[in-house]
Amino acid sequence: MNDMSVNGGGQGNGGGGGRRAIHPGAGRRNANTHPKGRVLDPADAAAVREIVGEGPYERALLIEYLHKIQDAEGYLAAGRLHGLADLMRLPMAEVYEVATFYAHFDVVGDGEEAPAPVTIRVCESLSCMLAGAEKLIAELEAQDLPGVRVVRAPCVGSCDTAPCAHVGHRHVDHATAQTVAALATEGAVEPEMPAYQTLGDYIEEGGYKVLKSCLAGGQRVEDIIATLSDGGLRGLGGAGFPTGRKWSLVRAEKGPRLMAVNGDEGEPGTFKDRYYLERRPHQFLEGMLIAAWAVEAAEVFIYMRDEYPAVLEILARELPKLKAAGLTKHTKVSVRRGAGAYICGEESAMIESIEGKRGLPRHRPPYVAQVGIFNRPTLVNNVETLYWIPKIIANGPAWFADQGVSGSKGLRSYSVSGRVKSPGVVLAPAGSTVKDLIERCGGMAKGHRFKGYLPGGASGGILPASMADIPLDFGQLEKHGCFVGSHAVVVLSDKDDMKDVALNLMKFFEDESCGQCTPCRNGTEKAVSLMSRETWDVGLLQDLAQVMRDASICGLGQAASNPVMSVVKFFPDDLK
Amino acid sequence: MSANTTKTKTITFELDGRTVEALPDETIWQVAKRAGTKIPHLCWLPEPGYRSDGNCRACMVEIEGERVLAASCQRKPSAGMKVKTASERAKKSREMVFELLIADQPAKEDCHDPRSKFWTWVGDMGVATTSRFPGADKPAMDTSHAAIAVNLDACINCGLCVRACREVQHNDVIGMAYRGSGAKVVFDFDNSMGNSTCVACGECVQACPTGALMEANLLDAAGKRVAYEDHAVDTLCPYCGVGCQTKVHVKDNKILYVDGRNGPANENRLCVKGRFGFDYIHHKDRLTKPLIRRDGVAKDANMQLRREDIDKVFREATWDEALERAAMGLKRIADQHGGKALAGFGSAKGSNEEAYLFQKFIRQGFGTNNVDHCTRLCHASSVAALMEGLNSGAVTAPFMAAEDSDCMIVIGARPAQNHPVAATYIKNAAARGAKLIIMDPRGQSGDSYARYASHILQFKPGMDVALLNAMLNVIVTEGLVDIQYVQAHTEGYDALKQAVQSFEPEKMAPVCGIPADTIREVARLYAKSERSIIFWGMGVSQHTHGTDNARCLIALALVTGQIGRRGTGLHPLRGQNNVQGASDAGLIPMVYPDYISVEDPATRARYERLWGTKLDPKRGLTVVEIMKAIHDGEIRGMYVMGENPAMSDPDVQHAREAMAHLEHMVVQDIFLTETAWHADVVLPASAHAEKWGTFTNTNRTVQLARPVVDPPGEARQDWMLIQELAQRVGLKWTYRNVSEVFTEMASVMPSLDNITWDRLVDEGSVTYPCDDPTKPGNEIIFATSFPTKSGRAKLVPAKLLAPDEMPDEEYPLVLTTGRMLEHWHTGSMTRRASNLDSLEPEAVASLNPREIERLGLVPGERIEVATRRGVIELKCRADRDVPEGMVFIPFCFAEASANMLTNPKLDPMGKIPEFKYCAARVDRIAAQVEAAE
Repeated sequence: MNDMSVNGGGQGNGGGGGRRAIHPGAGRRNANTHPKGRVLDPADAAAVREIVGEGPYERALLIEYLHKIQDAEGYLAAGRLHGLADLMRLPMAEVYEVATFYAHFDVVGDGEEAPAPVTIRVCESLSCMLAGAEKLIAELEAQDLPGVRVVRAPCVGSCDTAPCAHVGHRHVDHATAQTVAALATEGAVEPEMPAYQTLGDYIEEGGYKVLKSCLAGGQRVEDIIATLSDGGLRGLGGAGFPTGRKWSLVRAEKGPRLMAVNGDEGEPGTFKDRYYLERRPHQFLEGMLIAAWAVEAAEVFIYMRDEYPAVLEILARELPKLKAAGLTKHTKVSVRRGAGAYICGEESAMIESIEGKRGLPRHRPPYVAQVGIFNRPTLVNNVETLYWIPKIIANGPAWFADQGVSGSKGLRSYSVSGRVKSPGVVLAPAGSTVKDLIERCGGMAKGHRFKGYLPGGASGGILPASMADIPLDFGQLEKHGCFVGSHAVVVLSDKDDMKDVALNLMKFFEDESCGQCTPCRNGTEKAVSLMSRETWDVGLLQDLAQVMRDASICGLGQAASNPVMSVVKFFPDDLK
Repeated sequence: MSANTTKTKTITFELDGRTVEALPDETIWQVAKRAGTKIPHLCWLPEPGYRSDGNCRACMVEIEGERVLAASCQRKPSAGMKVKTASERAKKSREMVFELLIADQPAKEDCHDPRSKFWTWVGDMGVATTSRFPGADKPAMDTSHAAIAVNLDACINCGLCVRACREVQHNDVIGMAYRGSGAKVVFDFDNSMGNSTCVACGECVQACPTGALMEANLLDAAGKRVAYEDHAVDTLCPYCGVGCQTKVHVKDNKILYVDGRNGPANENRLCVKGRFGFDYIHHKDRLTKPLIRRDGVAKDANMQLRREDIDKVFREATWDEALERAAMGLKRIADQHGGKALAGFGSAKGSNEEAYLFQKFIRQGFGTNNVDHCTRLCHASSVAALMEGLNSGAVTAPFMAAEDSDCMIVIGARPAQNHPVAATYIKNAAARGAKLIIMDPRGQSGDSYARYASHILQFKPGMDVALLNAMLNVIVTEGLVDIQYVQAHTEGYDALKQAVQSFEPEKMAPVCGIPADTIREVARLYAKSERSIIFWGMGVSQHTHGTDNARCLIALALVTGQIGRRGTGLHPLRGQNNVQGASDAGLIPMVYPDYISVEDPATRARYERLWGTKLDPKRGLTVVEIMKAIHDGEIRGMYVMGENPAMSDPDVQHAREAMAHLEHMVVQDIFLTETAWHADVVLPASAHAEKWGTFTNTNRTVQLARPVVDPPGEARQDWMLIQELAQRVGLKWTYRNVSEVFTEMASVMPSLDNITWDRLVDEGSVTYPCDDPTKPGNEIIFATSFPTKSGRAKLVPAKLLAPDEMPDEEYPLVLTTGRMLEHWHTGSMTRRASNLDSLEPEAVASLNPREIERLGLVPGERIEVATRRGVIELKCRADRDVPEGMVFIPFCFAEASANMLTNPKLDPMGKIPEFKYCAARVDRIAAQVEAAE
């Protein structure tokens, strides 16, 4: 401890051969050889400049720069971060807090060991867990491959081909220790490109007609918005907000306005956006460009999760072609690469991330439609929402609206995984039930008896088999403490312990909580620790669930307790 | 300073069943507070500069019709909204938040600070001090910093420290790294605080609601608080001209810790010196008894000043003996050789009242104007130029005017080190979007504030006039002159225009080292911005061409009309806490109080009437001139109060030789300074924290300081000592207290009109000029005219002169001197402040890393720095902000006094020496030793 006593310290350390040596201080320490703090090695600044290029550097591109360094060197050494901070004239702390927020950045402190050159990420989220992810991880770890590390990862959007792993950027479906190890040893770390529809193919089948007509003045924005509203199109990222209304709200704000595409499909169990992006990217891009035209967005940011490297590559290839074709003249399209943070699927957290910051959700009000990216009014739409737009406009609103059942409107892309025979994206009428979906997936997997299901990914709660007839659409499940969200349906069976399921989901939330607010940051951590006990303290968990639901800033914390409470409510036998 | 009157459109809503009104931008929490409803809060700090963040969720309230609760600190009410602060649901959430947080806190009985806001709320809310939740892992204690204890086991991630560091003080050290339950407060790259770039302003300590960040001295080795104050006193910081107001917490007549107060110049902010540099007053070196030089101990300029030798040189005396000897020594010289054989150095660290009494004593008692103080060494040239141009030496706008400005030039100043709290306002303004142009031969990347600069002009040392005249040339030739303003408010424009014609940027670029395009860009930016302001420091003033430098700055402001309006003006950042006030009070050889020339017969006659004696009709000698006059045998005796010329004068060996030469020297101080060693009588005096007094900061704000503790031993109040001496030389002084001195002083100083002692006791501070006893003072002056005879400001062209001593083969480097963040002035206070001593314990000379390499040195090695005047030994520090070819040495180190080396050559008008430039040589000590063998 610091000695502040009046008579602390001794005589001045005069000595040392000075000519007039008295020293009024106690001189108990030695002077620093440099100014305060870490000493910048000019070589680090030079190396970083080499990697990220010459300035001027934009604050908002910090995450992009970090990606460049991580891609080039495999990790982020403290020295490089210091070099980057220096080049960007940013405080070290600001660079560090961003770098350490995102799971895909490996920050290596001074004197710490760099990670192995090849990283295997094994998905440990629910569908993969059901499919044996733990065993896969154990086997891979046991192999102890040189130059390879095995890391647990949250959902990578391949729940229909679980278990799944990534070797570098290489996606491995139905992963086994053998296939994964072979790829890792080979160093096959680049993404495998799917056979997607190219620009030419899309145009050939009549693509971009609607956009061209919009840009040529052949369409009125009001009519387009009316079409979407009549068609019943709602936000398919999970919130279900009517798309036409959202566009109107954004248009009512003073320009310049901006737009973001939420491609951070991270809700465990959800893989429909990836499905469309890897097959028909241009239908989505056309929808996006129509939206940008409609709200007169000066710039569109496609925020794409880093877990979808093939999609990032598709965008990198196709966007320049679009530009060359003159289809993006009305706006500017930029891609922002996520870096491993589920919370960035929350639109305001995504906006923070687009601005190059940690993905902390913002308080509402104000809503992002009013105050969004760089404090400008911002339209945020999900990938699939945009995907349907050219079709709805081309085919008319009735084509879409009439496809719903049980009073719902439109089509839904249900991501079905878990204990069904043939999991996958099921394009079905809005308002379908889990019964319909299981049927469309060829029934239950062999040897499994239907016990319950997640109607809306990790945060949508868990319903029992006895409630298999509820229409799965927005607003239908809330009375049961659940919601349909991104329509990610995970089917569970008699082989599954609901306590384990709930704990898996809560661990996911604990890992992915941004840490901003107390109920979520501490609540998820406490919940995991309470739920890891043999016997659950149901009363305490209920109290905890209440504060998380009532007092968390964003949907993550508010919904994180849904599965726990579902288990308490619907699966009391599993708690015995 | 919000001059715009905002339309107060209130809305009404329902709060707990009552209808209440809310102002625009008011949050539910703020309205509730006004309505007398207490809502708990942790991450919300209702103090200036802090925005709400809404993360702790301790202030949740229920809003009818909303799905979830709302953070009242964040949420603004809308008309008709129904808010319930005390609903079961809201209360439950708030209590659960506390229960969650308590789970991870140290138990209350072992906690770091049971008086923290966190534990206070736990008590007020009546929630249990224990939690049903399991605790998480506890982070280890970080004791790496001398002044601040970091105990993150008490951290609740509220982020107040991050906002304190990043948004209030803009020091940018603290971040919130990682995420989720792993989220953690970090310094830089998660370094220990002591190894980070932390400048220890302590804003985070003051903001922290849990005791995770605390003054280290309040804690025991286990991190538990053991020291509690018994009372607190509202007073001022003793250090720089910013004039921060403080709340000083005292236990057993000792200062325990210091908080910032909401003063006009600091809004609760402090820097490392003000917050953690307070215990020098309790140092064992404090003088507690009068000392008299032993008979037969000769004065020796070269003596080794060692503590254990004090008894050999001095003996203790009674007050009566010491005062008698002090006074009679002065009187004897005056009687034998005339008053002009005496001189007095007052101090800019003393109060206005002390300064006033001191100059009165010298003038009235001895009929000489030989009275000066260290303003001569700081801003004399700035004041000379300002007096010449505007007939006023003070700032035209406070530094907070930065908040309203669009463009700020900071030249020859390092506010982040020397005026750290003023720097925070400059950084606030730059972060808001104002352009910040830094002009300094030494880079400032080591200071967070350079990050906010739009332009950094690291020009060649001493080439200020080349750069500034080139800017004037751009303004004049590109039609950027505010002709209307120039015609209405200035004189001498044509001559200036003529004079700057030859300073084309292209011609000046090689001279000052700044590309012509940059000069043009910056000149245009300054001239064209709606509101531009100039700040300067001693990099401008401490040159033989210091007055010329200041003339250029004044001309820039005048020709562009960037003065007299909100967000515009000229602001020389004043160094000492009372350099403005001491100068105002007449502690200057040329002028009486309020800068009236001593050569003005009417004023002299007035003072002769008031003081009942003949006064000296000629201006007196200045600081450096006095030293020369001693050598010349013209001055034989001195009275030095609180100054340390043996450290602060240029070519200090020469000054020390002068002092050793004096027949009689009386030194009144709190320590036996390097100067006091040469005294005949040493009078132990009172420290800032021990006395009443008013002090005038750099913004012209007169503020009241109150005594916090009693002086130690027999030490006495300075004003009483001056009075004692005055009475003993025959003056009939009968002041009973400080307020009487203030009242007399105010009666002769129109600048203090409408400012009374009682008003200062009530309000704490009033800015002058002040038009009415009930109105605040005028922060911005010269809106309509200047206090010159013509009402116009005078434009004075500046010529380009080289520094006096240029580098050559023998002395190839440029030596520049200044201060460092932790050490104040000559170090007599700060080096005895334990925290500051721990942070900067040794004498260092800073050189560019490449220069160090070239010299074959390694950082930290001891070196010898020599000039034509002397040589000192100290450690070298590698600092990339120092350009190659330069060595920088702070002048605070007694064991390696930079002023042994400096050039005493004076600016002809300001009489200020060229501390910022002389030729020097750096050598390895080892190499020297080998050569000698």
